[in-house]
Amino acid sequence: MKATTLFDKIWDSHVVHSVNQGPDVLYIDQHMIHEVTSPQAFTGINNRGQKVFRPERTLATADHNIPTKDQDKPIRDELSRIQVEKLTENCNDHNITLYGLGHPYNGIVHVIGPELGITRPGMTIVCGDSHTSTHGALGSIAFGIGTSEVEMVLASQCILQPKPKKMRINIDGTLKKGVSSKDIILYIISKISTSGGTGYFIEFAGSAIRNLSMEARMTICNMSIEMGARGGLIAPDETTFEYIKGREFAPSGEEWEKALTYWKTLKTDEDAVFDLELNYKAEDIGPMITYGTNPGMGINITERIPELSEVDENNRLSFNKSLEYMNFKPGDSMLGKPVDYVFVGSCTNGRIEDLRAFASIVKGRKKADSITAWIVPGSHHVESQAKEEGLLEILEKAGFELRQPGCSACLAMNDDKIPAGKYSVSTSNRNFEGRQGPGARTLLASPLTAAAAAVTGKITNPADLI
Amino acid sequence: MPIEKFNILKSACVPLPVENVDTDQIIPARFLKATSRKGFGDNLFRDWRYDNNNQPISSFVTNNPVYSGSILVAGKNFGSGSSREHAAWAIHDYGFKVVISSFFADIFKNNALNNGILPVQVSESFLVELFSEIVTDPQTTVKVDLPAQTVTILSKGLSEKFEINPYKKECMMNGFDDIDFLLSMKEKITEYEQSRPL
Ligand code: SF4
Repeated sequence: MKATTLFDKIWDSHVVHSVNQGPDVLYIDQHMIHEVTSPQAFTGINNRGQKVFRPERTLATADHNIPTKDQDKPIRDELSRIQVEKLTENCNDHNITLYGLGHPYNGIVHVIGPELGITRPGMTIVCGDSHTSTHGALGSIAFGIGTSEVEMVLASQCILQPKPKKMRINIDGTLKKGVSSKDIILYIISKISTSGGTGYFIEFAGSAIRNLSMEARMTICNMSIEMGARGGLIAPDETTFEYIKGREFAPSGEEWEKALTYWKTLKTDEDAVFDLELNYKAEDIGPMITYGTNPGMGINITERIPELSEVDENNRLSFNKSLEYMNFKPGDSMLGKPVDYVFVGSCTNGRIEDLRAFASIVKGRKKADSITAWIVPGSHHVESQAKEEGLLEILEKAGFELRQPGCSACLAMNDDKIPAGKYSVSTSNRNFEGRQGPGARTLLASPLTAAAAAVTGKITNPADLI
Repeated sequence: MPIEKFNILKSACVPLPVENVDTDQIIPARFLKATSRKGFGDNLFRDWRYDNNNQPISSFVTNNPVYSGSILVAGKNFGSGSSREHAAWAIHDYGFKVVISSFFADIFKNNALNNGILPVQVSESFLVELFSEIVTDPQTTVKVDLPAQTVTILSKGLSEKFEINPYKKECMMNGFDDIDFLLSMKEKITEYEQSRPL
């Protein structure tokens, strides 16, 4: 038999039909929806007089547009409230399970999927949110879709997709002190740019990836979309199985054994060929920080912003525009730059390990007076775990508070907006102009680097505080 | 939603010579609260078009009366970022039928096609030529011929082929919609479900 990649194995087993010279009709095992990108899809379904084809394969949560304070009270912003109510109405009408506000399973869609054992190896998963790629960390094909495609899945449990090309990125070696998976992915994007992965689905491999925890792997796959890729995935292994076992919706007993046998077959054959293969060394990666307005504009925290002469001629215009927006100069050192806000959260770094990492640095220290910090857990589950583990106490002692779960300042649809001109070290995934609020200046970094900024009030190498 | 049929379009262009125009620029997140598809055009490029007091910024292209037409010409890597289809709706609602760039982000390309917007990917040199023509003469007319898959700057006679998936081309030319197609496949889908290993 022809050697195939993990991606091929999962994709090919989900093809219902191939349109001649066209896309594949791909069967979707798990569909996830939220309040922002689903209402128009339901309108489409209703206008056609259709019912949702397989309601048990769609799961809904409210996360993008909700407040992170006073969640027990009605949402104040009228449009946001209507959007959340619309989701409830649509889920009721179509028999879709909803983990809405206040539900113990509520949280950011890409946090709750893995956490509840809904995301499993070998699955196809889609959601109307580009960071659906997060779920790939458990060895599934997961990608973000538009609302028309949400409508397709609601109507037929399938989606029309051309098969992407395949890339493998190998990272071997051992990570240095103060370096985490967020730094790995920011490093890769800084090397291949925000369009370097366009047209590809990426498998992350190598010893440095194998040694990562499940949650750390999620951070990597989460941001694979930021290099333009359709998604990213990591072959399931003992770490994966260990993580899934015993979770709320994970298979158990005989079902578990059956699943496990299948999951163990999910890997890339030794001589399978990728359209592109890239190799990096873990030792070359330092704590990263972005200085510009796309996730590819990142550097090792100890480096300087490139000089204009070091920037590719075609990119100089947008480089200048970016620096102007950030009010930085070419050649500036990042270390020591003052910071106003720190945002810890999002589907990139809003899980329990991220809060642990943040707490490991702020423990025994104090929040810098100049800093406003928003620490937003990715789900209720994360929130209660943080309390149980005593992280909340550590945070509070250091002068931080924990908000309620949601997307929050990651996209600033709710009230959590960074004011114009202010600098925010954020553990989220996008530093686009205005992403965290009109005029906001975002510096993407890991939870460790965010913690270092939070206690010093400026950009600081986390390795110095460990 | 059935899409408009697309065949041949001749139009002046609106130039946006900026690279990496991401979906947050096309439609900022705070405008994603609507529950219908209508009205997004008003907020297309919102933070470039209007200042903090909601006054139009005269230097921005869409506020410049010399530029008109249903073709948007943009720099490399257009539409990167979020999967929000609102970006495509905003472009469509504003009145653009074609976006020309030298590179498109994947999800945006799908979203555009699903809404009857034709993404036309041209070479870097063609794009440079097109921008300079439009700057010299804002009335520069471009012909986009979908059946022939060509894009032509009429005044210069400069023409280039562009790629489109044959299935998507069919859909655009006939105003077909993917959902109708998928609904017609239900039997096959049910069959597939029964044969699934897990
Ligand atoms: S946290 Fe940010 S990236 Fe993640 S789902 Fe929410 S808005 Fe999207």
